[in-house]
Amino acid sequence: MATEQFTGAEIVIKALKDQGVDTVFGYPGGAVLPIYDAIFKQNDIKHVLVRQEGGAVHAAEGYARSTGKVGVVLVTSGPGATNAVTGLTDALLDSIPLICLTGQVPTHLIGNDAFQEADTTGITRPCTKHNYLVRDIESLSRTMHEAFYVAQNGRPGPVVIDLPKDVQQGKIDTYLAPEDVKHRSYRPQVNGEVDHINEAVELIANAKRPVFYVGGGVINSGSSASTVLTELVRLTGAPCTTTLMGLGAYPGTDKQFLGMLGMHGTYEANLAMYNCDVMINVGARFDDRITGVIDEFSPDSKKIHIDIDASSINKNVMVDIPIVGDAGRVVEEILRIWKEKKHSLDAKSLKAWWSRIDEWRAKDCLGYVQDGPIIKPQHAIKRLYELTKDRKPYITTEVGQHQMWAAQYFHFDEPKKWMTSGGLGTMGYGLPAAVGAQLAHREDLVIDISGEASFMMNMQELGTIAQYRLPVKIFVVNNQWMGMVRQWQQLLHGNRHSESYSDALPDFVKLAESFGLKGMRCEKAEDLDQMLQEMIDSPEPVIFDCQVAKEENCYPMIPSGAAHYEMLLGPEDTAAKPISEEGMVLV
Amino acid sequence: MAPMDTNIESRTIAVLVDNEPGVLARVIGLFSGRGYNIESLTVTEVDVAHGLSRITVVTSGTAQILEQIKAQLGRLVPVHRVRDLTKEGTSVERELALIKVAGAGEKRVEALRIADIFRARVVDSSHDHFVFEMTGKSDKLDVFVDLMQPLGLIDVSRTGVVAISRGAKAL
Repeated sequence: MATEQFTGAEIVIKALKDQGVDTVFGYPGGAVLPIYDAIFKQNDIKHVLVRQEGGAVHAAEGYARSTGKVGVVLVTSGPGATNAVTGLTDALLDSIPLICLTGQVPTHLIGNDAFQEADTTGITRPCTKHNYLVRDIESLSRTMHEAFYVAQNGRPGPVVIDLPKDVQQGKIDTYLAPEDVKHRSYRPQVNGEVDHINEAVELIANAKRPVFYVGGGVINSGSSASTVLTELVRLTGAPCTTTLMGLGAYPGTDKQFLGMLGMHGTYEANLAMYNCDVMINVGARFDDRITGVIDEFSPDSKKIHIDIDASSINKNVMVDIPIVGDAGRVVEEILRIWKEKKHSLDAKSLKAWWSRIDEWRAKDCLGYVQDGPIIKPQHAIKRLYELTKDRKPYITTEVGQHQMWAAQYFHFDEPKKWMTSGGLGTMGYGLPAAVGAQLAHREDLVIDISGEASFMMNMQELGTIAQYRLPVKIFVVNNQWMGMVRQWQQLLHGNRHSESYSDALPDFVKLAESFGLKGMRCEKAEDLDQMLQEMIDSPEPVIFDCQVAKEENCYPMIPSGAAHYEMLLGPEDTAAKPISEEGMVLV
Repeated sequence: MAPMDTNIESRTIAVLVDNEPGVLARVIGLFSGRGYNIESLTVTEVDVAHGLSRITVVTSGTAQILEQIKAQLGRLVPVHRVRDLTKEGTSVERELALIKVAGAGEKRVEALRIADIFRARVVDSSHDHFVFEMTGKSDKLDVFVDLMQPLGLIDVSRTGVVAISRGAKAL
């Protein structure tokens, strides 16, 4: 009896199946035709045709982030691969597990400047966690499984597998299953150092003004990490803040939650970070949006830093107790020891700490006044939250003012509901990410909170939404400006609005209709609730053009070059604290 | 918060990696992409049976940057081990240089005399040139090259530093 033969393309599909993949986002082209042919001949894996490869990567990110699984992308060689680069970089900075399969010209043509040839592994080396060029069919199944292992273990990230066309078309009679493949050296440390964990517990137990500073690492660690973290925070009674990427890791409506911290975080979160005596960083990376000027960042606190990536520790901020390990595993261990030793924080100190925090809270830093018919953008998002919160929607965003307002006024009680481009700040992320989230959760409410400028960056994906009848709600906070650029031009560049006006916008209602979607436009505050409800109740995909106050700025704000306690709370603060020359250099 | 140490130190770091395509580009790209210094870098396969290469890199920076460099190297997927040979115990460092000196008469005699003092070997010669081979610590090579400068030095090729820890333990 002849042994079974597989083509390279069949091995790719078989490996995806064995890795539990059910959805692939992609766009065909010459160098991946054998794989597309193999897709055609099977029914286990659904291929979702995007309208540009960049959209495929963001869609896979939305899929990955809303499910906790690996997102998979399939694109052709050359321009297919180069179009994927932004999404790969985005996934690298936000630690999203992705596999990106790229076609490549046949091995004998590599290096010949062949048609649609690009040095994909060379181009993607700095923007992936790892990448592979598969030079022979013998190593294909091993490489596929190894790539999945690398993408999800340790700090997650994108992995590119470059597949020359002759490898896809070759034949072989052996296939390694996932359990047959073990990476020869990559073994990330997941359990933190025992001594350091014990020291951390002691430090927390003796804290007078502790604060938990929680990042996306908790979400990447899985839902149980959020559960144990929430239990620990509640057991201690300490305040908790999260980064942009960490929203949902701790319940957003809990009384111990201070809101997001950082450049557009709440006053109480940043002041608690500045004034704390013990800071417990769980899966966050002290990035520059959080710290403000480093020299003045929380100078009097002892710092514990739990991170699965040793290179995140002592990179920006020197800490006292580093713990390298998986956020969930380490927090679980801290919780176990805390309970075992029957620790509790000193009640008197904690009470005094909370009363200071309550004073900062009383500033009501997110307060705004909605008067008159013009819709305030903050009000639009707050109402969207109020009217949808019972349905626990999946929210994606683009990048800019609307993103920060969404982070401030939308609250997430669970992880994996919030998808935004945090590290790279990629305009155009939200629409394709919503496609990915909706495909993973067909029955749930998925909303892309967008700005009109960001929306334009990947609006070709309306075609994908229409083709798959994805009931995504695209909520365009339309102020006819690249709002965050305009805000910085106002604060830093004498209000000279160089090229930041959204001119020649489409009629969003007609645009929606031209794709067969529902279009709505809201111009008056009094109509907002009723129209929002109509959007939410619609089983159709909707573009909602929400016309808002044009020149509203996003506050509170740590201006660039300032310390994290020097927040501007509103326009009246701006004049009093001019921004330094050094600050202007910073992004 | 501990005050930042601003002292710049030099370190020799040994990195054991899978000998696979692109691994050197990954290491070099890490240094250039993050703005770290490379003062010297050598690489070659050291374990054919297991397909392992050893990279020796001499770099410099503040203590914090140097720790960061090691952590960044450590998280590259094909990297097996990262050791700081300067900080972790003592080590032996060597570099090899081939040095071509052209000329005649007094200068030629003087070049040969100094080469003898430095224990450089002549590996090629004609009536109007020598090629010296010399092995030693990099600063010794520097001195020799400087001395050859006025004596007709026309070409230098150096390997960069290789290093190994002292004592009975392996990397």
